[in-house]
Parts: sequence; C-alpha cells; structure tokens
Amino acid sequence: MNHSAISVAGPRAREIAELLVLFVGVSAVVYVIVVCALIWAIRRKRAATRFEDDDARRAADRKSRHIIGAATALSVLILITLALADFFVQRSLSAHPVDALRVVVTGHQYWWEIEYDDPAPSQRVRTANELHIPVGRPVELVLTSRDVIHSFWLPSITGKKDLIPGHTTSEVLVAEKPGVFTGQCAEFCGLQHAKMRLVMHAVSPEEYEAWRQQQLQPGRQPATDEERRGQSVFTKSSCILCHSIQGTDAAATVGPDLTHIASRTTLAAGTLPNDQSNMATWILSPHAIKPGVQMPATQLAPADLAALTRYLASLQ
Amino acid sequence: MNTAADLAELEKRWADPPGFLGWMKTVDHKRIARRYFVTALVFFALAGLMAALMRLQLARPENTLVGPDLYNQLFSMHGTVMMFLFAVPILQAVGVFLVPLMIGSRNIAFGRLSSFSYWIFLFGGIMIFTAFFLNVGPEAGWFSYVPLSGPQFSPGKRTDFWAQLVTFTELASLIVAVQIVVTAFKLRAPGMSLNRIPLLVWAEVVTSFMVIFAMPSVMLGSSFLISDRLVSTQFFNPAEGGDALLWQHLFWFFGHPEVYIIFVPALGIISEIVSTFASRPAFGYLALVLALVVTGFLAFGLWVHHMFATGLPPLGMSFFTAASILIAIPTGLQISCWIATLATGGRLRLATPLLFVVGFFFIFVIGGLTGLMLASVSLDSQLHDSYFVVAHLHYVLIGGALFPLFGGFYYWFPKLTGRLLSERAGKWNFWLFFTGFNVAFFPMHILGLKGMTRRVYTYGADRGWGDLNLLATIGAVTIAASMIVFAINVVVSLRRGQRAGENPWGGTTLEWATSSPPPSYGFAQIPCVDSRQPLKHGKEALAWVVGLPTLVRTSLVTRLHDAAPDHITVDPEPSIWPFWTAVAVSALFIGSIFTPWALVWGAIPVTVALIGWFWPKHEETERTNRIEVKPDESRPARFLESAS
Amino acid sequence: MNDEGTPSRRFLDVSGLPTYAFGHRSLMWWGTMGIVLIESTVFAIAIVAYFYLRDRSFAWPPHSVPPVLLYGTLNTVVLFLSTIPNHWTKHQADHENLRGVRIGLVVCLLFAAAFIVIRWFEFGALQTSWNTSAYGSIVWALMTLHTVHLVTDVIDTVVLTVLMFTGPLAGKRFVDVSENAVYWWFVVGSWPFIYATVYLAPRMSP
Repeated sequence: MNHSAISVAGPRAREIAELLVLFVGVSAVVYVIVVCALIWAIRRKRAATRFEDDDARRAADRKSRHIIGAATALSVLILITLALADFFVQRSLSAHPVDALRVVVTGHQYWWEIEYDDPAPSQRVRTANELHIPVGRPVELVLTSRDVIHSFWLPSITGKKDLIPGHTTSEVLVAEKPGVFTGQCAEFCGLQHAKMRLVMHAVSPEEYEAWRQQQLQPGRQPATDEERRGQSVFTKSSCILCHSIQGTDAAATVGPDLTHIASRTTLAAGTLPNDQSNMATWILSPHAIKPGVQMPATQLAPADLAALTRYLASLQ
Repeated sequence: MNTAADLAELEKRWADPPGFLGWMKTVDHKRIARRYFVTALVFFALAGLMAALMRLQLARPENTLVGPDLYNQLFSMHGTVMMFLFAVPILQAVGVFLVPLMIGSRNIAFGRLSSFSYWIFLFGGIMIFTAFFLNVGPEAGWFSYVPLSGPQFSPGKRTDFWAQLVTFTELASLIVAVQIVVTAFKLRAPGMSLNRIPLLVWAEVVTSFMVIFAMPSVMLGSSFLISDRLVSTQFFNPAEGGDALLWQHLFWFFGHPEVYIIFVPALGIISEIVSTFASRPAFGYLALVLALVVTGFLAFGLWVHHMFATGLPPLGMSFFTAASILIAIPTGLQISCWIATLATGGRLRLATPLLFVVGFFFIFVIGGLTGLMLASVSLDSQLHDSYFVVAHLHYVLIGGALFPLFGGFYYWFPKLTGRLLSERAGKWNFWLFFTGFNVAFFPMHILGLKGMTRRVYTYGADRGWGDLNLLATIGAVTIAASMIVFAINVVVSLRRGQRAGENPWGGTTLEWATSSPPPSYGFAQIPCVDSRQPLKHGKEALAWVVGLPTLVRTSLVTRLHDAAPDHITVDPEPSIWPFWTAVAVSALFIGSIFTPWALVWGAIPVTVALIGWFWPKHEETERTNRIEVKPDESRPARFLESAS
Repeated sequence: MNDEGTPSRRFLDVSGLPTYAFGHRSLMWWGTMGIVLIESTVFAIAIVAYFYLRDRSFAWPPHSVPPVLLYGTLNTVVLFLSTIPNHWTKHQADHENLRGVRIGLVVCLLFAAAFIVIRWFEFGALQTSWNTSAYGSIVWALMTLHTVHLVTDVIDTVVLTVLMFTGPLAGKRFVDVSENAVYWWFVVGSWPFIYATVYLAPRMSP
C-alpha cells in the first residue's frame, strides 16, 4: 500500500510509526490492566454490607489509597516518558534538512500547483498534482494556498502540513525507496475535497534529473496535422483562459500548467488515469466527474475534441 | 409545622396555571428540564439519521447515494446538532433537573431564565433545521474554518445560519450555567457544607464555569464571521490584515473546553451511579472533586492541539502536548477511585444504569489512550484530520458522555416520570449499543492509519478502504437498532412501566427524599443535612425546615461555605414574558442574518419584552410586602425540638 | 420517641429570617457577577485578538492614523466621574433610603446622557472604518462591545428610575438598585482596558 502511515517508505514516516508502536504498546498494557481491575472489582465476592461496617470500610479505603497513589505515580512516570519520546521525535523531525530540493506547493480548490524552486527562473519546473523526487535526497516543501486551507499529506512518507492563505508553512519529504506514493488533501476545502489527490513518484537521481530536464523544455511542437489542429483548438477556445503551455500563447495561471500534461499519470488531481478517453470526458463534462470543480464544461465538436486530446497526449 | 393546611397552601402557591397556558408560563425546573430532554433527544435522533445516511454513502467506494453538496451539509449538520443542540443542552438539563433536587431546593435560581433559555434553544434548533430542509444548511463543517466559510468561498446564507445557531445555543447555555452556579452556591439545604455537596452537583458547577469562560470565545468568533460576511469586516481576510488562524484560535479556545463541558457532567453521573449500586459512598470524595476542578482548569490549556498541522513554532506546540497528556492524570485518578468504590462496596447490582457505566470504562479508556497519541505532535501529524480522529472523538464522547448519560436516564427516569424503565429492554439497549458502537468505530482507527481523510463524500475503489467502511456501516445500523429499543422502552414504560416509589434504587442523596415525580414545589419541607449521604439512615433521621412563608413562593438562601440559613428569597411566579422575550430575541438574531439593521430595530421589542418581564406585579408585590422581614428586624434561624 | 410512638422530628424555624438581603448575600449579586465574568471574558478575548492582529501586521494602524484622543479621553473622565453618583446611589439603596435613591438615579442618568453623546462623537473620530482592514474591524468591534454594555446599563437604569418613582415597591427593589450599581462599576471598570487598547496602543511602537 502506498498511502498508509503504517506502510512506510521514508525515514520520517518510519520514525513516526515507531513512536506509534511505543504508544500503542503502552496503551494496550494500560488498557488490559484497567479492564482486569474493573472485572476483578465487579466479580469480587463480598458480604452484602450496606454502609454499616464503617471500620472495615475505612481499612479497605486505606489500602485503596495506597494502591491508587502508586498507580497514579506510575501513570505520571509513563506519561512523562511518552511526552519525552514525542519531544525527541519532534526535535528530529524539525531539524532543518541539509542539501534539500526546494519545491513550492500552492493549494487551490481542488488541485496542487507545484513549482520546483531555483535561483534562476529559467530553471524552475512548473507542474501540477504530481511530484517527482529523487530517492534519498530531502525535499523541502514550501506550502501556501491561493484560496482556502488545504493540507498536504503523503502518509507513507511523512506527516501532514496545512496550506494556509496568508501563511507559509513547510514540510520535508524523504523517500528511501523508489515507487509511486499517493495521498489526498487532508483539510476540508469544499465540494471536491474528497477528490484532491496527490501523486508522488520517487525515482533514482538519474531518472529525476532526466525528468527535470524534460520538464524544463517548452511544450513539444505539434508534429502531425491533427496535433496542429488540436493546438489551434486549444488556443482558440476557453482553455487558454486558465491554462498555460510554455512555447505557445497560453500563459494563464488560473488552472494547472499543461506544458507536459502527457507526462503525468493522472488527471484531475489524481482522480482519473491519464488517457485520451478520460481527457475527452474531463474536457466535455468535468462536473460529471467532480461536481463543483472550478473548470467549466467545454463544448467541442467531436473532431475538434479528438484533435485536442491528440495534441495534449503529445505534450510529454 | 407541616399541617395539611400548610401543604395545601404550598400546592396552590407552586402550581402552574392549568393547561396550555401553564405549560407556556411554567418556571418549574423539572418541567423545563423534561422539555429539554425530549427536544434534545429529538435532535439526537435527527443527527443520528444524518450519520446513518453518511454511513450508507460510505459503505461502498464511489457510491452515488449522496452527492458532495448534500454530504457536506450532512456532516456539518451532524456535528453541529450533536455538539450544540444535543450534547451540551442535555447534560446541562441533567443539572437543571437534578441540582435543585440534590441540594434540597424548591427550584433553580432565576426560574424564569430557565424558561427563556429553553425557548431560545428550541428556536435556534428550529431555525437551523428549517435552513437544512430548505437546502440552506451549513456546509463547512461544525467548525466552519475560514476562508472556506467566509464570504468569498461560501456564498449565500448557509454559514450565517450556522453562526447564528451558535449564538442561540451559546446564549441558552450561558444562562443555564449562571443559574446552576448560583443555585449550587446559595440555595443548598441547611448543613450541606461544601464538603457534603453531591459529586454530580460539583460536576455541574465545574461545567458551568467552563461554559462561562469558554463560550464567549466562540460567540466572539462567530460574530466576527457573520460580520465579515454581512458588513465586510476583515477579521479573517489575509489580504486586509486579517488572519485565517485567528478563527482557529477563537474557535478552539472554546472548542476544546466544549468537549469537557460535555464530559464533566458525565463524570458526575458516574460517581452517583457507582456509589448507589456499590452501596457505599464514592471512594475518594476529595480526590474526585479536585480531579473535576483540575480537569476544568486544564481543559483551557489544550486548544492548540487542534492546530498542530498549521506550522506553529515547535516549542509552543510541545507545551500543548504536555498539557494534553497531563489532563489524563485527573481522569485516571477518577477511574481508580470508581474501581475502588466498586471493589469495596456491598454486593453489586448489575442493573442497567451500572451496565452503562461499565460500558463507559471499556469504551472511554480506549478513547483516552488514543487521545494520548493525538497529543503527540509527531503522531498527530499522521493522525490529524484522518478517520483515526473520528474514531477517537466518538470513543471519548460516546464512551465518556453518552454511555454515562444513558446510565443516568435509566437511573433517574423513575424520579422524572414515576415509572421504571424495563430492565430487559435496557439490557438489549445496552448490548446492541455497545456492540454496534465498537463495530462501527474501532475500524476507523485503522482506516485513518491507512490514509483515509475526514469529511470525504466518497473514496476511490483503489484505496482498499471498502471493507472496513462496510463493517463500520453495519455497526452504525446496529447502533440505530439500539436506539429504537431505547425509544420503545421509554414510550412503553411511560404507560406501563413499574411504578417507582420515592427511592427505587436505595440512593442516599436528597432527590430520593421526595416523591417520584416530585411535586411542583420539590419538597414538602426543605431537609437539613449533616453528612454526605443524608438518606443513609432514612428520611426519618433528617431535620426539616419550617417557617417559610407560603403567601408567595419562597426559598431558603444559605451561606456559601457552610450552608447556614441566611435569608428567605421570593421566587418568581409563572410568566409568559420569557416566551415573548425569546421570540423577540430570536427575531433579532434571525433578522441579523439578513441585515445589520435588525440589531438596531430588533432591540426595541427585546427591550419592551424585558421590561415586561422585570416589571413587578402589584398583586404579587402586595403579598411580598405582607410577609416582609427587613434585614435589620430579622431573627436568626433556630432549632425546635418537638414532634409534629 | 414521643407519646404516639412516632420518632421525634427536629425542625429548623426560619420564619425570622429577612426576606431580602444585600451584597453577596443576595442571589442578584451572584447573577450580576455571572454576567460580569462572562462579559469580562468577552472583552479580554477581543483585546487579545486586537494584539494578535497587530502582531501579524507591519504597520499599525495599516492605512490610517490612530483615533483622535480628545473624545475618548473626555469620555474616560466622564465615566470615572459618574462613579461618584453611582456609588452614592448604591449607598442610599443599601440603606433603603427611597428619596436618596430617586435623586441619585436621576443624577446618574444625567451622566449617562453625557457619555452616550460623547460616545457618538468617539465613533465619528475613530479615523477608520470597520470594513477597510482588520485593524478597523477590531477597533470598531471593541468600541461596539463596550457601547452595547453602556447602552444596556443606561436602559436598566432608566427602567429602575421609573420604577422607584412609580412603584410597586418592595424591599428587594433596593437590592436591584444596588446591583445595578455593581453593573455600572463593571461598565466603567472595563473601559480603561478598551481605552488603552484602542487609543493608546496604536501610538506606541510594538
């Protein structure tokens, strides 16, 4: 499973899972003790005294006082231990990562805007909903939101962090093995909160660099007539009002950047597999799949739609 | 002394006017508490149906029973109704009913305020349900985080209805809180010094102080939210200097104490049931009282643990981890004391009230332990906003408050209605509830760990969450069945239940020293107490207060620390003004959802109604003056030794 | 046991106790204290919100100048002075002096008229609107909160004044006057905190 806090693929999630084991272990022992004490108390044989035997009761109460005092003292020790364990894990997780990749993630209703930071603007990769990171290297996420509060959560990799408009928060990702890991927005953000997924590909450093170089290229020029027709449909219809494709006139940033849309494995923030048929459905009637999403339905003639999806499928 | 003529005069003086008008005008705390119970249980049933719908939708992945808009309204209403219209009101109503009886008082302080607070509570509930059924129900959760709930992202009036519901319920709660504190402090039976006050009364007093200090925060926050939406203030708009996290601080400074406001009265109920069924006074009275007080204080130091994912400074968050872990200690102490009580009492009767208390132990302790996990910032970073939290909150609220509440229903139903609930049906009720609850909510711990987030109307088939969700839904249906058994038990027992005498369980607190149900005046004579268990040696061993005038309604006011008699106070008589004032206030509240001018113009009928409420009646004043004893002409109370 | 064989019962005779009492002995005092606690908490949280928002801002006030000092300071003086007739009236009520109470309440109302009028001018001189910024919103919120308490206190006092002239009167009405004075103390006593926050804080560097 690639989206579970107990099926870990990174050192941070591992540290947290180990802490969880400590807490669960202690809790299980405490629970058994309490339940056994309760059952013993209920099933104890005793005479049917009713308040009369004050002396016996006082003696029993003295004994109870000692037991309870000891139990309370022991609980305090256990609780302090748990608190300290958390404090140390917290310290470890808060340590500033060394040689980290910086990625800025901006939350939107209902998609993730992703920009790989770099001092040189021409070296910044802009994409959406899907992250690629090199295995073993820390990635520092810089998080904020354009609209409402969202939360970035990849359970197999690390804990979650909110994206809050007017604030900047940060989280660190480290993948210890290659694979595809998913999560979803973890702060209720409106009608399609349930379908705002995240996909992260952890790859070898060489594969990451190759991907990065690919992403820095402008959008692939159309090679066939149908692709040319598709690009023309794109720039002449409402697509251009929200989406950008580097190397064309489309430069709007309201919706996800589509320069390398075909290199993504999913559409609509992880909701659909990325193929031409799903792309066509998404363009024609997004609200059938994600009612309440910001993208409007786009009416296109079948031939135009086919050309458009062919063109988009060429944008590796 | 207690002559038949005195009793007749008392009956006449304390009777409500007959029929519907009497029902509207009553200031009898018992009648009003009963109203609160019925209304809150209706809201509980409706919110439960909403939960059932949500569970049916989530039973299968990519289900199409309920779409996102309706689902968002369902979970928002479920939380809002359960917290604001069910849990707090019903647990306060337990206090409204029992605190006066347990301290030997004729009525709660400021009786007309009880009536007013009930109407406000009712009208708020009617407003929000009307909004819901008109498809204008709240859709941003019970916590309405900004900016989602702000003017830009939640257009229309949905969130305004939510915010105003908070105003309605918070006003009703604050009023009851002040009443309970004043009653418990000043209207206790002579001799009931602070160390002789029943544990439920202590719990209700601590709860009332929590209400007093916590509710203002959400009142302010919800007012800021309405005004951002209505008149364009910028409290929560980051573009103009506002802050989204300000809302979270204001909400959770209230929100965390809120769950203790729900939990603490239940702790009081447990103490009462355990001591009666173990046939001994609760072990560790002082520890139990201090634990309640410490819990009340600590509850205010935890709120940031709801904000651990917002990127606050780590050192600050660690403080809240420590406090959130620390609060386990007083609760653990109480659990130890109860176990000691059960272990060292007389032969235990596992009747339904005690069964529910046992259920509390099994369920709540799990919730408390998962609470420790959530208190850890590191663990919380994985668990926050996942189904793990849904599991935790239901384990602590249902285990910690609802199970004791049901125990309380079975325990005090005879006092309220004069009939016992069926034990057999009670056991079915308990076992269906206990089993259904665990089947419904335990799997949610695992779902959370497997990545399932909260407040999702559906989930992908590829997630692998389907089976556990189906199991949870089966559990939910079982809970519904247990509630049906409860409802049938109540309806049938009201007509055909075994009639209860004054003291069917052999309790030792004062509510068992009067008839079931009690007369409108509570007690024929106010008892005097000299121990924590006044009825230990039976009613005959008590002393009784005489000399309270019956020409007007009177109560005995005693001193705070030692409950020595201090003076006689004149109690309010039935009045229709609380009702009309509630109507005027509701008009003002609902009007101000649509226009700020409602605050100005709406204030006029409210002022008129309040003046009508306050203005003394000539006839009643005349009777008051006839029995008047001025402070400088008074004589202290004295004991008379003679048989009646 | 008595002659009839029924157990002896003890009785506590309270018939000589007074039928009303002043100060913390009265239920009304406790109710008033409950209101004071609640409203103090509201003010405290609102003031904390003010400083929270200020802490997150670069400039404070962000687009404007602080409120004009004149009216706010003038009202502070008037409010403080009003405690004199308020205290005197309470004293008269505690001693059940009807004539003194009538005079005192009327004098209190004269002060009330003055500070309501000055409060009107204060709002005009805040130098900010409630909807331009979070600063404006919280300033208006603080001033509105206090004004609501001021106005309700004045209305209470008007009603009591009329009652003390027209009747029907009983001993407990003097307790009501006494407790109304306590509420008046609260309204005046809470003001310096609001004043310092609204008028003085923006003039100090953070």
